[in-house]
Parts: sequence; C-alpha cells; structure tokens
Amino acid sequence: MNGIHDLGGMHGHGPVAPETNEPLWHAPWEARMFGMRRGGTLPPGYNIDRWRHVREMIPPDLYLSRSYYDHWYMSYVAALLDGGWATAEEIASGHVAPDGAKRNDAMRPDQVWPAQKKSGVFTRTVDTPPLFAIGQRVRARNIHPVGHTRLPRYVRGKVGIVHLHHGGHVLPDANAHKAGEAPQHLYTVAFSFRELWGPDASARDEACADLWESYLEPA
Amino acid sequence: MSPHDGKHAHPHDHGEPGLAEHHHIHAQLPSDPALRVKALESLLTEKGLVDPAAIDAWVELYESKIGPRIGAKVVAKSWTDPDFKQRLLADATRALGELDLLGNQGQHMVAVENTPQTHNMVVCTLCSCYPLPLLGLPPAWYKSAPYRSRVVIDPRGVLKEFGVKLPAETKVRVWDSTAEVRYLVVPERPKGTEGMSEEQLAALVTRDSMIGTGQALKPGAAKP
Repeated sequence: MNGIHDLGGMHGHGPVAPETNEPLWHAPWEARMFGMRRGGTLPPGYNIDRWRHVREMIPPDLYLSRSYYDHWYMSYVAALLDGGWATAEEIASGHVAPDGAKRNDAMRPDQVWPAQKKSGVFTRTVDTPPLFAIGQRVRARNIHPVGHTRLPRYVRGKVGIVHLHHGGHVLPDANAHKAGEAPQHLYTVAFSFRELWGPDASARDEACADLWESYLEPA
Repeated sequence: MSPHDGKHAHPHDHGEPGLAEHHHIHAQLPSDPALRVKALESLLTEKGLVDPAAIDAWVELYESKIGPRIGAKVVAKSWTDPDFKQRLLADATRALGELDLLGNQGQHMVAVENTPQTHNMVVCTLCSCYPLPLLGLPPAWYKSAPYRSRVVIDPRGVLKEFGVKLPAETKVRVWDSTAEVRYLVVPERPKGTEGMSEEQLAALVTRDSMIGTGQALKPGAAKP
C-alpha cells in the first residue's frame, strides 16, 4: 500500500535527533509493551508480515504523532479485533467479558530464549532457477499493490544493478494476507543516486534495497 | 518472461483494506499510553494470551544480555583476525552462526566494511528492521521519520547531524533493510590502535559506528 510508513525520500520531517546516553525505554510502559508483543500470543495468520501490515495501516496522523511502542500497542489491539480475540469493550476495560474465551498456551519464561534463538528464519527452497544474475541491470516494477509490499516507492520504475542474491525467501506480499509463504528469489539491488534522485544528486552515492523477484523486470 | 504470465503474474493483489477499520477504536481510548498498555496487559493476562513472567523475561533479555557490545566484539575480532574478517564479509550468516550469534531479526546477515573508498549506512525506510542479536534494540532516532525519510536521499546531511563529515570522494552506500536480511557495518579500524587487544578495541566500537552513522572512537576516547 502507498502508506505513510513508506518514508524513503520524503522531505519535511525535520532533523534526526540522536539523544546522548539514550535509555533503552523512555517510560516503563514501553518495556511492558515490548515484552507483551514478543511474548504474547497473536491470532492465526499474525506472522511478522501481517504484523507489519497492520502497523502500516495506522492512520497517518497517529502514525506520525505517536511513539514507536504505541504503534505496537495499536497494532496488537488491531490484531486482536481482526482475529476476533477481543472486543472493543474488553480493550477499553482491560478485563475479559464474562463469556470471553480463555487460553492456557501463552509463552512461558523458559521459552523466551529458544524463541529468541530459533525464530525468524525466512529462507526457503525455490524450485525455479533465479531469473537474474549478479551484475545484471534490472528495473523495479512500477506497481502499486493495495496490500502489503516491501517494494518502496522511491525505487519503483528505477533501474539498478543486482548486487547480491540471497536465495529463496518468504514473500511478504502473500504471507501478510494469509496467502501462504509463496517464496521467491530475493536480491539486493543497487540504485545510483542519479537514477533515484536525478542529475543534481551525487554521482557516487547509491542506495541498495532487498527486492523479491516479482518486484523486478529485466532492463 | 513477461511480467503478466505464469507464476510471476502479480502475486501482490491481496489487499484487505477493511483491516484499517480496527484502528478506529483508538479515538475512543485514553490518550495516555501507560493507561492503555496497563489495561492491555491485564486483559491479555486474564485471557491467557500472555504470561507476565514472560514479559519480564523478554525485558530482562534485552536489558542485560543482548546489546551492542555483542556487535562490538564481532567487529574487534574482525580487526584482529584477518581470517575471521574474510569469512565475515564473505558470508556473515555462516561466520556469525559459528559464534552462535544468530537469532530473531538477525538470522540472515550481511556484513559490510567501511573503508576510505566506501562508507556504508543502514536504514529500514518501511519500518524498523535492525540486527537485534548483534545490536540489541534500535535507538528511537533509527525508527523515526526524520532518519527513515532522509538517509536514502541525503545521507551526507544526516551524517553531519551525527558529527561525521566524509571526503567528497568517498562513496556512500545506504542499505535499506526491506527484507529479512540484516546488515552490520564493520567500521574502519582507527589509526594508532596497533597492538591493542581485542577487548580494548571492542571498547572503541560504538553502536552508531555499526549502523554507519558514526565512526569508531579514537584510542583514549573510549568510555571507562
């Protein structure tokens, strides 16, 4: 989706503001929200891609005005409502309705370290040979899917050079929408700043993005 | 192959615009996130969807065990062990796997070396992707709109805000983490560090130098 999350190349968001000795959390609730998202059960289909998609559907005004872990709160709530696992009344009250369902399979503390070490492997076998070779010129397709995609707007329609090939990876565009993993070859494509930003841009600098095969066409 | 035939026909048309409606609830909830998050923890606990002790364990893990000192040790090892450096740059997933340093949000790794010729920087323009097992949780600025919007169009301007000025002849290469590959920048080893131990060198490796928004500290500048 052409959402507010797709920020690359925008102007007007102000200077970067690094903090000296930044704390890990800026308030205790941030730590609770972090742990809740990592240790909490999510409705079926809420893999990392669907999670990212529900986050990018936060209304633009809230996306820009609320802090990062508040995004996690809003996304968790939207996931619960989407999955039918909580009602708006339960979210507001913080208590389960008298007839509300309960489970007993939440992640235990002794499962935290194995989850940290083992989860998040996205490489998959793909039966077809890669369509593109390292060094080949490719164009990022000018497509505008309304669902989840990891093809940022600033590279669409631009020509780059295949820089790395990562083998088969789960396709977020399908995985976010309960349409299976649909793995495809994944490539890092390098785009010159002149190609991305025009003749006034640096002649030396470049940006690389990791792009799935169906995001690309020969150039 | 034409983009419109066979299995490469648009696999991207899975939109669910109705999902956005679930965010309408936020207009009716308290503005203070502390109150909302407390209510959510209470609800999830009652529903058996979260164990508060598991929340504690995740927080403890990232407060005390996983953080940028892990990445700093990897960089220092690469500065002192040419064979390891070669393996790290050739296949970081394998080299880090041999050290048991892979994990969630860092199972597929690429390491890129900063040199006088090329300065690498890492961003996630679309969300907040970051090599958690090596660097811990990202700083707020890394997840912010200013950094995510600007670093892919004005990286040298962003670097100035971090106090870094590069020679015009140095190429800047920005890595946008749009997939599940995570990037570790190996900063240049500072001059005057010959003979220093791996441990002493690791103290010079800042978090920002491994994102590419900083450089390694000069000897004598390390914090005690």
